[in-house]
Order: sequence, then C-alpha cells, then structure tokens
Amino acid sequence: MEPVKEITGRAYPFGQKNVDTDVIIPSHWLKTITRDGLGRGAFETLRADPDNLFDSAEFKGSPILVAGDNFGCGSSREHAAWALFDLGVRAVIAPSFSDIFSGNAFKNGILTVVLPQEAVDRLVEVAKTDPIHIDLESQTVTTPFQDRFTFEIDPFRKHCLLHGLDEVGLTLARGDAIGAFEGTVRTDRPFLAKGTDVGVAA
Amino acid sequence: MMRPAIPPDRRLDHALAQMLFLKYRLGGLNRLGMATTNPRTLYQKIWDAHVVERRDDGTCLIYIDRHLVHEVTSPQAFEALRLAGRKVRRPDLTLAVPDHNLPTTARRDAQGARIPIADRESAQQLAALEHNAPEFGIRYIGDADREQGIVHVVGPEQGFSLPGATIVCGDSHTACHGGLGALAFGIGTSEVEHVLATQTLLLKQSKTMEVRVEGELTPGVTAKDVVLHITGVLGASGGTGYVIEYTGSVIRGLSVEGRLTVSNMAIEHGARAGLIAPDDKTIAYVKGRPYAPKGDDWDKAVAWWKSLATDPGATYDKVVVIDAADIAPSVTWGTSPEDVVPITGTVPAPDSFADASKRDAAAKSLAYMGLEPGQPMASVEIQNVFIGSCTNSRIEDLRAAAAVLKGRRKADTVKWAIVVPGSGLVKAMAEAEGLDRVFVDAGFEWREPGCSACLGMNPDKVPAGERCASTSNRNFVGRQGPGARTHLVSPAMAAAAAVAGHLTDVRDLI
Repeated sequence: MEPVKEITGRAYPFGQKNVDTDVIIPSHWLKTITRDGLGRGAFETLRADPDNLFDSAEFKGSPILVAGDNFGCGSSREHAAWALFDLGVRAVIAPSFSDIFSGNAFKNGILTVVLPQEAVDRLVEVAKTDPIHIDLESQTVTTPFQDRFTFEIDPFRKHCLLHGLDEVGLTLARGDAIGAFEGTVRTDRPFLAKGTDVGVAA
Repeated sequence: MMRPAIPPDRRLDHALAQMLFLKYRLGGLNRLGMATTNPRTLYQKIWDAHVVERRDDGTCLIYIDRHLVHEVTSPQAFEALRLAGRKVRRPDLTLAVPDHNLPTTARRDAQGARIPIADRESAQQLAALEHNAPEFGIRYIGDADREQGIVHVVGPEQGFSLPGATIVCGDSHTACHGGLGALAFGIGTSEVEHVLATQTLLLKQSKTMEVRVEGELTPGVTAKDVVLHITGVLGASGGTGYVIEYTGSVIRGLSVEGRLTVSNMAIEHGARAGLIAPDDKTIAYVKGRPYAPKGDDWDKAVAWWKSLATDPGATYDKVVVIDAADIAPSVTWGTSPEDVVPITGTVPAPDSFADASKRDAAAKSLAYMGLEPGQPMASVEIQNVFIGSCTNSRIEDLRAAAAVLKGRRKADTVKWAIVVPGSGLVKAMAEAEGLDRVFVDAGFEWREPGCSACLGMNPDKVPAGERCASTSNRNFVGRQGPGARTHLVSPAMAAAAAVAGHLTDVRDLI
C-alpha cells in the first residue's frame, strides 16, 4: 500500500447527504473478480447527467471529495472504496461516515476526514474555486484562505496510513497470541472451537 | 434511620472491616475475595469473551468464530491470499455459499447437467467461489445442494451461526445473525482477507444502544413492521457507531425467525450490529441442527448462552423506547429505508422535514418514486411483488404470505409476482406444507433459493419506472434494477398488495 502523508488538489464540492454505496458503485459493477477499473462505474447514475461534477473538465481527477453526512451508508461492498480509488480519490471529507465504509476506505489507502457540518459547508464553498490541502501528520485541512480545520483520527490508522502498512501482515505476526487464544477457547468454550468439522456424525 | 453507635470495644474491629471492605471493593474483589465485575451488557460479554489482545489505544484484536463467504465479496480476498502465498487459518470455521448471482430458475436440466448462466460475469464470480473454496479447504454448499440458499438463511439453519459467537460475512446484512444473540456484522473484502488469513479482526468497541419495544403487537403487525418502524424512528444513520440490543416484551415475544428479521435490518438504521439476548426459544431453535454442538459441548454451550443476557444495572450509551401500539403495518414511500409511514398514512411533503438536506432528498425521492405529497399510501398501484431476501424468506414468512393468498389471486394488473425461498430446505419444507400450491394458484412464480430481486445482480429485476411491493431490506435508487421503484413491506403486506394490485392494509384481508 502506498503511504498517505499529504493530499493536495482540487476537491469535488459534492456535499450530498446519505450517499449510499449503491450510488458510489451500482451493484452491476460488483461482478468483477479483480480490484481494478471500477472508476468507470463510480457514481454511474449521477454521471448519466452530461453536466455532472465528476466528468466536468474542472474537477475530473480531483484527489479529494467533500461529501455530506453518513457517506458510504448501505451495502458493505468494498468496491465502493476501490471505485473511488480508481477514480483518483485519496481522501473524503464529511461530517460522518458509515462504519463499514470508513474501514474499507482506510484499508485501501483512502483517508476519511470527519469535520463538523459548518467546516464541511465551508470546504464545499472553497472547493468550487480553489484547492484544498490535507496534512495527515498534523491532522489538518487547510485552504488558500487561511481556513484551518483539525480532525481526529485513530492513532493506529494514522500510523498504518503514514507508513503504508499492510494490516494482514501485521496481524499474522501475532500468530502466537492467536494460537494461545484458540487454546483457551478449546478448553472453555469447545462448542465455538468446532465449526463445519463438528460433523453430522459427532 | 440513625446508625447504632459502635461500642468502644468493637471500634478497632469495625475500622479494620471498613479498611478491608475498601481494599477489596476498590481492588475489584468482594468480601470473599472473589473478583467482582461491573454489570455488563450482552454486547460487552460477547466482546470480552473474544479479545485476543488489547492495544493501548483501545483497539482490540477480536477472534472470529464463524465466517460466511459468498461469491461477490470474496474473489479479491482469495486472490490476495494466493498472491501473498497465505493460507486460510481456520477453514473449519468458514462456510462458503453462493447466493447473490444465482438465477432463481432451474439450475440443472433433466439429465442433471448444469444449465449455463447467461451473464458471463455472474458465471465467472460463481465459478471463482466454486474453485476457491476447495482450493483453500473450505466447506462449500453449491447451487445443486439442497442446503444452498442465502448465506444469512443458511448460517442459522445449519447451526453454523451460534448464540454468543462472533460472526462475519462480506455482506452488510450479516447483522441478521444477531437475532440468535451472536455478534454479527458485515465486513469489506480486505477484512474478508484478514479473517481468512488470521481468523481475527482489529476492532474498536462500539457504543451501545438499547431499543426497547414494549407492549403488544396488534394483529397484522409483524417483525418486519417492527423493524421498519424502528428505522423510521431512528433514521438511516441513527445507529451509526452503535451496536443495538433490541429488548422489551415485543422482542421477547417474537419467534427466532422474527428476531432474525429485526436484526437483519440493523444496518438500515446505521448500526454495526443488532443483538437479541438468547433465551429458551433460541436454544430450542439451535438444538439438533447439523453444525450445532452435541453431547457435552451442548450442555456447556447452553450454560454459557444462558449467562449472556444483559445484567440488571448494566447501562447503555443510549436508550430508545418504542410503544408497540404505535406500530402499524408499515411501508416505505422513498428511497431510504428511513422513509417509513403506516399503510394508513400519506406520502409526506418534502417541506414537512425540518432538515434542509432531508427536504432536498425527499423531493428527489418523490420524483424518482413518481409520488405526490398527500397521496394515500394505500392508493399506490404496484406491478410487481417480490417475496424473498435474507430479511423475509424463512418458512414463517412464506406461511404468513400464503395465509393471505390462500383462496385468492393476484390482481391482473400485477405483471410479475415471485416467491423465492431463502434456502433449499425452506423450499422443501414449504412444499411439504403445500405452500407452493397456494402461491402458484394465486399467480405467483415459485423459484429456486437465492438473493433474487433484492438487488439487481441476477436476472430477477424490476423494470424501470415500475413499482414493486418487496419484502427485501433496501429501497435505494436502482436497487431492484435501474429505475425500479421499491416499497418495502412485510410478507403479509406484499401478499395483500398482490391481491389488491395496490399497496393496501393487510388487516382488511385477515
């Protein structure tokens, strides 16, 4: 995974609330068996309108998306994060995100920035004409107009993003602890330790 | 009351006792020196029992007991394992079932040969799972097996999903299994890969919310109406950041299948997971299922399950109380599951919402749905009826719909009406009870199990501009096909709509 440190550039002044993952990537795009090329399907319904934001000459390829409350709600499809990444989006700023979406975004190197509604409203205004700068190290979003918003981020997620760390590899290194836990379960809750091998014959 | 004075010769003992009391209590021990714990919620108990490691920042490595895998969100996870040369840690705790892409028409010809799937990409995803499961040693219930069905129907039905277990699946409706008292939630493909490789997930604890539904449901009001009503009250994001425990006399009174329906839609009000405390009904439901514990394991399991209920005095971060008397047969009017009104209600005016962005969303919804403010919901004509999905495709759902349809026929204006059982076993049970005849006689098609018209990934789609009374869980724009207009309802209400040709109050038919 590529490290994420600073993201600078134009931002889609999107602002819509309750944008579900069906809007981000409609279900007929879920039939791929690889992660690439989903950018073509990103926001497909909205992009049916020739004057849409995502294909406008001014905004096309912007690395930042400024959205409304509850972004990424609905289906857990990680394709939503892949589609945004493939579209070129590296950070989404919104007042809130669905839990599943923000987890998926993080795992694919997309930064989700939670800011209060007033800050998001302001950024939507700025984004219409000017670039936005996000600095993960200092946890700030700044504009050319001296706006400066700080955001919270889970320290572990910040560390992983800054260093481009692979979560699966990090956890595999804890194999001994996982093995020890499995030993306890076999003793204390043996019924959970047996899955499909409980067998009809048991 | 005045405290009796302590006689001078007892004062030393008394002071000592007080010191010991403080020492033990502050040290988390009771007078007998045994560890005391604060009263805990059901969620806290399941969480505590699954912590492998706790980090300083509060993130925990949580052990996952059961992992359900389907064809849509797993190919890229298996691909990543293969590329990294990684194995599946616990194939025995993993179960693979295809459901989203499978056509619900016949899958085998008279000779038993597979009927090819027309959609090349669907076929490719299904083939990937059929190939990946054995390659990684995972039990696979395929399209020709009697047990095949929607993962969220198959898991509980096979006894693979158990109370108190942590259960994940690359599908947001995994919350469904919370109806058994399991901590179950949807995950993305990277997390699917993480669970396959490590049998764990890195998680932060969620906040807790109690949604207490008290009183008694009136006739014609079902589990689906309860959860639609809850979604209307909380809003689509009201549960974000929370795990919700559904409690109260109404929830206790529901069958296990009804509880699965309620918990299934926890995600529609934004919650990570839904939970319902396991009780005697749950235990009776699990007993004897193929993968359910047996012998000594069973006794241990029952003892543990009985200890999981939220302790008296445990607190939730938020409590919402709902009066059963306020719940009518419910229906959605818009394109968010929070857009719920009673069937006796009318389409709301966008101006009636306090929030500006909701006003905007409502106006867009009404344009998409082709509805006018003030229009009575019971006058909305429908052309399609879908009975199925992980929310409402279990045997009790089919019985409820069949009870309304018995001796009746769908209106001629209803062009397409299908019933899609949640699994092959549900289908067989329904056929043994003669329900298939009731549906067919009423003009419905009786299909093979799968996700079907809940989402436009297989051939079952609602045509653009047409309406569907649907027992599924989402009324999003384009969910049932491009331009399709979805009204979420209970199975009984869907059956009633089929008979009337428009949304209607099922209470007039029972």
